[in-house]
This record gives sequence, C-alpha cells and structure tokens, in this order.
Amino acid sequence: MSDAVLQQTVIGGEEKEYLSFVLGDEHYALDITTVKEIRGYEQVTKIANAPAFIKGVINLRGDIVPIVDLRIKFNVGEATYNEFTIVIMLNIQERIVGIVVDGVSDVIRLADETILAPPEFGVAFDSRYLQGLADVEDTMVILVNIERLVTSEELGLVAPETVTEDA
Amino acid sequence: MTIDIDQFHGVFFEESEEHLDDMEQLLMSFDVDAPDAEDLNSIFRAAHSIKGGSGIFGFDELTRLTHVMENLLDKARNRELSLTIDSVNLLLESIDVLKETLSAYREGSPTPTVTIDQRISQLENSIGIALTESSSNDSEDGFGFFDDEPTVAPVVETTSCDDDGFGFFDDEPVLQNTQEETESKAQPLSSTAQEDIDGFGFFEPLNFNEPESKDKEDKPVAPSAKDSPQEYHKAEAPITPSVTTRPLQSRKEHPAKPKTKDAVSIRVDTTKIDAMVNLVGELVITQSMLSMIGQEVEGAIAERLQLAIDELQRNTREIQESVMSMRMLPLTSTFNRFPRLVRDLAAKLDKKVDLVINGGSTEIDKSLIEKIVDPLTHLVRNSIDHGIEIPEQRIAAGKPETGTIILSAEQKGGNIIIGIIDDGAGLNRERILAKARSNGLEVADDLPDEQVWQLIFQAGFSTAEAVTDVSGRGVGMDVVRRNIESIGGRIEIESTKGEGSGFFIHLPLTLAIVDGMCVSVGNQIFVIPLLNIIESFQPTASQIKTLGNDSVLHIRDQYWPLVPLYDYMDVENAQRSPTEGIVVLLESSKKRYGVLVDALVGQQQVVIKSLEQHYRKVAGIAGATIMGDGKVALIIDTDSIATTYTSRQLEELLS
Repeated sequence: MSDAVLQQTVIGGEEKEYLSFVLGDEHYALDITTVKEIRGYEQVTKIANAPAFIKGVINLRGDIVPIVDLRIKFNVGEATYNEFTIVIMLNIQERIVGIVVDGVSDVIRLADETILAPPEFGVAFDSRYLQGLADVEDTMVILVNIERLVTSEELGLVAPETVTEDA
Repeated sequence: MTIDIDQFHGVFFEESEEHLDDMEQLLMSFDVDAPDAEDLNSIFRAAHSIKGGSGIFGFDELTRLTHVMENLLDKARNRELSLTIDSVNLLLESIDVLKETLSAYREGSPTPTVTIDQRISQLENSIGIALTESSSNDSEDGFGFFDDEPTVAPVVETTSCDDDGFGFFDDEPVLQNTQEETESKAQPLSSTAQEDIDGFGFFEPLNFNEPESKDKEDKPVAPSAKDSPQEYHKAEAPITPSVTTRPLQSRKEHPAKPKTKDAVSIRVDTTKIDAMVNLVGELVITQSMLSMIGQEVEGAIAERLQLAIDELQRNTREIQESVMSMRMLPLTSTFNRFPRLVRDLAAKLDKKVDLVINGGSTEIDKSLIEKIVDPLTHLVRNSIDHGIEIPEQRIAAGKPETGTIILSAEQKGGNIIIGIIDDGAGLNRERILAKARSNGLEVADDLPDEQVWQLIFQAGFSTAEAVTDVSGRGVGMDVVRRNIESIGGRIEIESTKGEGSGFFIHLPLTLAIVDGMCVSVGNQIFVIPLLNIIESFQPTASQIKTLGNDSVLHIRDQYWPLVPLYDYMDVENAQRSPTEGIVVLLESSKKRYGVLVDALVGQQQVVIKSLEQHYRKVAGIAGATIMGDGKVALIIDTDSIATTYTSRQLEELLS
C-alpha cells in the first residue's frame, strides 16, 4: 500500500500541463505556463531585412510583439493565413513572442516519466529544442522546449548578447 | 491633536534619503584643506533636517547618530575644529550607517544598534568632547529642534513657512550680530535673504509640536519656540535685527533647489503610468473601431451617434496626450543642480566658470532622467577640472578669463542629445595616446581623433597628471559610458586642442513623443521624425540622375543620394519610379540624403515604442508606434539608414 501511495505522490507531483498544437501533420506541445494567450492571426507590420519566418510585428495592447511562423522556420505544412490560423502568444523571460501554428488542439497533462527521450533526428525541430515525445491517445506528441527555442540565436528574436544558453 | 503621523513616514524616508545623498555628495567633494563654508552648512543642514524628522517620528536611532554628526559639523562650520580626511571618512561611513538604519526603519527590521553605537563613540572621540550626556538626553525626549539654532528667533519673517518638508536652512547667509555671543553661534537666516526665496520649509515639521526639548535648558534663546510656530513668526518678525546678508548668493542658489515643485506634485509608481499608457492606446483603438461602426449606422440615430463618437474622439485624444506627457519630465530639474556644482567646484579650483544652460525644457522619459544624473555630473566636473584652464592660462592663450560650460539638450533624429561643451584646453591627443600605449594598447599614430577620444572610455584610463579629489579624466569615464549604454545611449566626443571639447550623450527616445511625418510605401506606413525632414517634393525627371545603378538627386546645384525606401525596407507593391512618388529630403547628424516614398499621409505626434523590448534592434528603424487604427508603423532612424545603406551598396559592388 505504501508503494502505491508513493507512486501516486510521485505522479501527482511531477505532472505538468501542456498545450498541444498542430504544425502540418505533426502534433506538438509546449509548457502551458509560457502561454499568455491564443489569438487569431492578424495583419502584421513587416520588418525589413528579417528572415522569412519572422512575419513582422503586431500591436498587442500597446506592446510591439514579433510574430514567428514556425511552419516556415521548420518547413512543415504550408504557411497559409486564413481565419483559422492561430497565433500562440508566449511570455518568455519577460518577452512576448507570437508563434503561428495551424491549430491548437488541447491541454494535456503529462507526468514526467511518461515523456520519452526524443530521437536524435527525424523531426523537423532540432533536437536541442525538444524536450521529448509522449503518446497521447495513440498520437505522438512532440514536446518542444519553447523557451530555449525562442531565446535561441537561430531564431534571432533576441539580440545575441542577451541570449542565455540553457535559459 | 491627533495626526496620523504614519502618512508622513514615506515623505520623511524619501526626503532623508535625498538629504543623505546630498550630504554624501558634498562630503565626497569636500576639500579638507580649503573647507567650503557653504558646503559645511549644507551638510550640517541635511544632518539637522534628518535629526529633526527622525525626532518627530520617534526614529531614535537616527536621532542619536545624526545628533553627534551634527555636533561635529557644527563645530566644524564654526571653525572650532577643522575636519580632517579621517573625520570626513568617518562622516561618510556614518552616512552609510544612517542609510542602513533608514531602510531598517522603513522595512520594520531591527536597526543596526551596535554599529550606530560604534559610530557615535568614534564621532565623539573625534570631536574630543564628551557629549554622551547631551546625546542621551536628546534621544530620550525625541530631541530638540532648535538646540543648535537658538538664533532662529530673529530670523523669521517668512511668509512661506508652510512649504515643503525639511529644507531647513536652505540659504542661511552669514549673520554677524549679537547672536554670535550665544553658545552655538549658528548662522541664522536673514529676513531679507529669505524674502528672496520663497521655497523654504522653515517650520513645517513643527506642526507636530514636539520639538520643545530639553535643549532649551542649555540654550536659553530657544524657548521662544515654545509657542506655536506660526504665532512665533508673527511675534518675532518685527524685531528682526539688521543683518549682514548675502542676498546675491542666495538668489543664485535658488534655482538649484526648486523645492516648490514638490508641493504640487505627487509621486506615482511609474509602472502605473505605463499601464495607463497602454490602456489609453487600447482606448484609442476601440474608439476608432467604434467610429467605423458608427458610419454604418443609418437613420435618425446615426447623427446622434456620430455626435457622441466625435465627442468621444476628442476626449480620448486629450486623455492620450495628457497620459503621454505624464512620464515625460523637462530636463530643467536635472540641469538646475549644476549651477551650484559648477560654482562650488570652480571656486574650489580657483577657476572662473560660467554655466550656460540651453534646452532645459526638452522633455525626456523620467526613468532616463534618473539614470543620466550621475554621468552628467561626472562629465561636468571633468569639464571644470580638466577642461577649463586656470585664469592665467586662459589669458595667456588669448581667451577670456572666465571659461564657459554649455549644458544643452535637444531632440534630434530620434535621439535626445545632451551636450556638455567647454571652451577649455581640449583633450590632449598625445597624452591619451601615450597613456594608451603604457596601458598596453596598440594604437597607431595616425589614429583618427574620434577614435583617440574614445580611448578615454577604457577602464583605468586617467591622463590627469595628478589625480585630484575632484576627478581625473578617465577615472570613471568607463563607468560613464557604461551607464549611458545601459540606457541604450551612446556618447560622442568632439575636441579641438586649445578651443575646448564637447561631450554629447545621445539618448534613445524610449517612450518619448516625436513629431512625425507619416509616409506610405506600398501598403505600409512609416514615420519619419519631422526634425530630420528638410523638405519633400515630387521630383522631375531632370532632377534624377543615375550614377552606376543608383539614382542621385540634383537639386539646387547639389547632388543628393537617393534611398528608395521600398528597397531599403523591402516592401512590395511600392512606387518605384521617383518621378511618380515623393522624395523626402532628410538631414541626419551624419549625412543628407533623400528617400523615395509613395506618398505623404500626414503629420502627427507619435509615441515611440521600443522594438527591442520583445524583439531586437533593426537597422534603419528607431522604433515603432501604434497608429490610430491599432496597426504598427515603424519609425525611421535617419542616421542608421545613412550608414547602413551605404555599406550595403558597397557590399553589392564588391560581390
């Protein structure tokens, strides 16, 4: 009995909530505590000389916030913009960033031990930005380390000198 | 009389901190060999004010320590003893302890009693008089307001005693009359001097009616303060003795301490204002949505709705303007502290210096003001200490005996530029180069001046032959630069040998409001700061010449580079032919050139929002703003376009 209690507390203590979303045909999820809000895609103001995946900036209640299209960055799905296109607003290290995704599916609860190590290659994301894989109702969900991705030099959202590795 | 004294605690803490900062500043610059009476008085007054306040509020630990400090300072200013470097240091250390104690009281944590006792005994030793008794007396009965100022009696003819806080003896000119016989020999205020100055917090702390202390026993003149302060004023006023005053000096000092301002302002957390700025932005957008919907409404109600919407529009605009202006403060408040500093320092260094202040009304974000004070102080001190020569040298060099330091501020090209310009000797190129080499830097002899000047910002770079207590050029210049860079600014130096040097601090316009011309390129709107615009026109074919692949403008016998904004900003569907579009002639601090845009949309004030907050710096863009319809428009950085466009062209040529 004591074992069962122990196990339960372990699971209970380590369980986290993730927001799952769709890019192309793949299912991804990110730590829900980083999510500020979810909005529809709106017209952006383009920024000169930015890579194609940085769509531009929008006005989020007075904040000038960059919008990143992960579909372009990771070459998954098609970067189309219609009334169903979703932007997930993330709040990471006091910065706000919007990421464009094809759709938001669900909030899932995952215990740490159900998360499997990611493969070294084979998914669109560089394994550095992956937290792991999880099975949710027979669908493979790719857990993204969104904080590391957003602050990465590769995305270029943050001026290089302020990039903190392993943040 | 029941007064909720707690409500004054915040004010006391803030004012005491200011006093401590003042004391510290003054002590730091205190010259023990040539003690400045005025400085000593200021320090004494600051200590006295803290003591007064802490006595009223029952912060006994503060009272105890300040009382001893005050005794020492009082002796010093009465020339009964002279301050040594040790005692100045001791005072500085005591200030640190006071700061600690102050924050302990503020946070309700235990006060550092042991350290205080230590300091008290050290101070007492250094006075060499056993003051134990009197100090313990004071701490018991919450201290005597007038103990050292028995001569206040003849002073008070002021009508402005209800002014702010503890600015106790702001201007006390030396008074030479019978009061000198009294034990303390305080230098009371002259009534005439006081009339010149209306910002005087003479008696306000007395509203709590506590300060009738035991001290009256020692100092028999004081008890007249027993009556309510106001009555006391009236009663004593007519017998104001004739005094020797220094009214001129008092007047001069006055602008340095515009204390009256506090009376009509409140302190508000800036985050509250920020939140308000953002909310108002939302309000403006909602309002413009509403007016769009209003246009769709038909029938009898449409007209009434339209009227209401117009009214709303007017009101929102006014709200927006006033909220925007809240965070902005004129630089006057910062600049006004310098006349005093310049005067004191010049006197100390036997130099003659005039200070000219230009553009004090330039408004700058409050957070920037706070951070610019230290670097600015440093630079001004440097200019006096190292820039301006002593009168003999100046005369020998054929310059007027009195040097001039110009402190200026202006808004230019998306920046606020604060200049500290002196007509002194200028930077010494050779000495800087020599110093650089001795520091192990490799520098070429033909290094351009600008780069040589930048060397002084290196850490540990002092070319002063003798490092004075005032400053050594280079000592702390690295800190100056770091401070300025930490608020997104930069510093530039111009210097001509024998003619003087200028330090220019370029600050970003974070949250500053800029007058801008909105221009359209393709379907995007850009804002060009109005200050940079010389003129705009539609060029004729004959005015456009080609130079290689690039177009240049030929206007009034001058050739101007032409930057097509659609190309620079990478905008599609824009007008590509110069003769079909509009050319805006720009003047940046570096270059003059024209930009090609599709059309002029209109002129308006925009709030600059930083792109860096959530993104990064982008070449050619000073920031972004939110237009009335909620869309983001980018604000053009004319300097940056000038430099980056050329380098890009060069790159293309080379590839």
